[in-house]
Amino acid sequence: MSELAIDAKELTRDFGDVTAVSSLDLRVEKQTIYGFLGPNGSGKTTAIRLFTGLLKPSAGSIKVLGLTLPRDANKLRLQIGYMTQKFSYYDDLTVKENLQFTARVYGLTPNEQKRRIDELISIYQLQKLSPQLSGSMSGGQKQRLALACSVLHKPKMLFLDEPTSAVDPENRREFWEQLFDLCDQGITILVSTHYMDEAERCHKLAILENGVKRADGSPNELMNNMSAHVVEIASNNLRNVKQQLLAVPKIVSVAQLGSHLRVLVQKELDDPITYLRKQNLIPNQDKMLIVRPSLEDVFVTCTGKNKLFEDKK
Amino acid sequence: MKSLRRIQAIVYKELIQLKRDKMTFGMVIMIPLVQLLLFGYAINTNIRDIPVGLLDNSQTALSRVLKQTVAATGIVDFTHHYTSLPQAQAAIDRAEVRAVFIIPKDVSQRLVRHPVVGFGLPPSSDQENSRPIAQWLVDGSDTVIAGTIKSLRNMPLAELLDKPANRNTATFEVTLLYNPEQRSVVNIVPGLVAVILTMTMIMFTSAAIVREQERGNMEMLITTPLASIELMLGKIFPYIFIGAIQVVIILGLGHLFFNVPINGGLSQLTLATFLFICASLVLGLVISTIATSQLQSMQMTVFILLPSILLSGFMFPYEGMPEVAQYIAEAMPATHFIRLIRGVVLRDVEVVDMTFDMIWLITFTIIGLFIAAVRFKKTLD
Repeated sequence: MSELAIDAKELTRDFGDVTAVSSLDLRVEKQTIYGFLGPNGSGKTTAIRLFTGLLKPSAGSIKVLGLTLPRDANKLRLQIGYMTQKFSYYDDLTVKENLQFTARVYGLTPNEQKRRIDELISIYQLQKLSPQLSGSMSGGQKQRLALACSVLHKPKMLFLDEPTSAVDPENRREFWEQLFDLCDQGITILVSTHYMDEAERCHKLAILENGVKRADGSPNELMNNMSAHVVEIASNNLRNVKQQLLAVPKIVSVAQLGSHLRVLVQKELDDPITYLRKQNLIPNQDKMLIVRPSLEDVFVTCTGKNKLFEDKK
Repeated sequence: MKSLRRIQAIVYKELIQLKRDKMTFGMVIMIPLVQLLLFGYAINTNIRDIPVGLLDNSQTALSRVLKQTVAATGIVDFTHHYTSLPQAQAAIDRAEVRAVFIIPKDVSQRLVRHPVVGFGLPPSSDQENSRPIAQWLVDGSDTVIAGTIKSLRNMPLAELLDKPANRNTATFEVTLLYNPEQRSVVNIVPGLVAVILTMTMIMFTSAAIVREQERGNMEMLITTPLASIELMLGKIFPYIFIGAIQVVIILGLGHLFFNVPINGGLSQLTLATFLFICASLVLGLVISTIATSQLQSMQMTVFILLPSILLSGFMFPYEGMPEVAQYIAEAMPATHFIRLIRGVVLRDVEVVDMTFDMIWLITFTIIGLFIAAVRFKKTLD
């Protein structure tokens, strides 16, 4: 378990004046699912393209599966699968033809091709879809096809770039089940997402913003080590209270969740409830509770203008 | 072995996509069919029935016979009659007629003094004694039409005078080989093979790589072990057969409808077209690695297509072009192919005998393939 699938140091990639990925250190253990959580434009796709050898780094070093990039990019190609953000197989080919195409491109013999395609069709429940044109399928179905194609050559490592952005919740659940099956078979998976619930399923994750890694660790570690208290306030006049709370110095962020306000208060305060009471903004009859932080709270505390530590430069 | 399988993957994929793309598939058949019939009938340099006007200042029996003799050549067709010179000129200005035949008042005197009549021979330098019988006023802007009417200048008048036909001995004897009847279509149909192949072959492959990019398939392709030369070869193979089908349509129908002789052997024909198809496909691939959108690739195709039609010798003889244009023409595969195909189809030459053209096409293909493979990078940088 301790062996590393990805070992990147000081990885940087510039596009002209824009730095898409900045001094990224990343260590991904083998046979785990590692998540990249970040808003759009945070450098997730660029990072994945660097790890797959599609882009060359401007600075820093990358080792993927023990191979040094970009030197060994061609060797690496046979050992990784990459599922792009947008469906990148052929819309005007049927499901079966797309699988056959992929099998041939990876140089499988006709016998291997048939066996592997049959196997994948049954694992990913593509039997009924097999003669259908890929372009006419739903997001979830395309997803299954794309996953089947990207694991066809039995890669040791799988890169998934926002795989579930066009998939409904039920199919997303199933999709993650399949990812855990793959992980169980020994495949290391790196997946980017902007869904909190998906990030929470990962063994470990890194939060990216503007190309910089803001935090990493397992979801539990991140939540436990969070640098803020989470206080839930039940009040009648939520919108008004929210506006006033935002001006209080030690408050990191305030968000409304239905009939509650979720307030993040800096960790250095030992008793956040007393601190909030002292502000005289919240009517005394309103209830306040310290609750367990969620991944979203972690995300909020370490990104945007609320972040509680400086960018490392 | 694996490499072959990867090329095969691309070939199958291209064939399936082509099969599903009904419009493109239809064009493969329709472009040669329609263009052959259209050009075969339409392009004709033997001009007949040019609309002309008549300004008859003489109004005699002789002038009427003269008009009929001219009309009998079939070259011109008297569609209008005018009564004054300004009227006739205005008619040419507004393109009512291409030329006006002006018969002067003294046409009979002029005819009598004309050497053809044979009442002694007046000194030819004597303007007074020997003047042309009548005049043509021609809209000279179209050189082909002007040239045709100019050919009437020395029209024999023997018939007019009920004399035996022209007994003049020609300075030279001219023997016309290969196309003795001087039918333009014999020259045009083989040339059409070059034009249509240039158009369809470049068009197919010029979109080949760009399309993968535009549809988002490229990101997937470059993560596979597919090498760029394998991708290029896979993209070319299916279209070699498409090109062969088109050649069969053009030459077959050309033979059937227009009686174009096919004198060369099948193997020579196949060799020549194979070389040219490859060169055109590779040219398309190079375009495809330069263009960033399908629209751009279309524009570049047209950019190549026009000189291929105008400078290759398809429409105008290569020899008539200035030196610079000849250099440009030499660079284009179509020029060399037109020489080859005309040679094979009309004169039954062997491709190997036309070494320069053959080697040029082969070199072009190899260099082009190399450029395309190098230009196509397997990274997103």
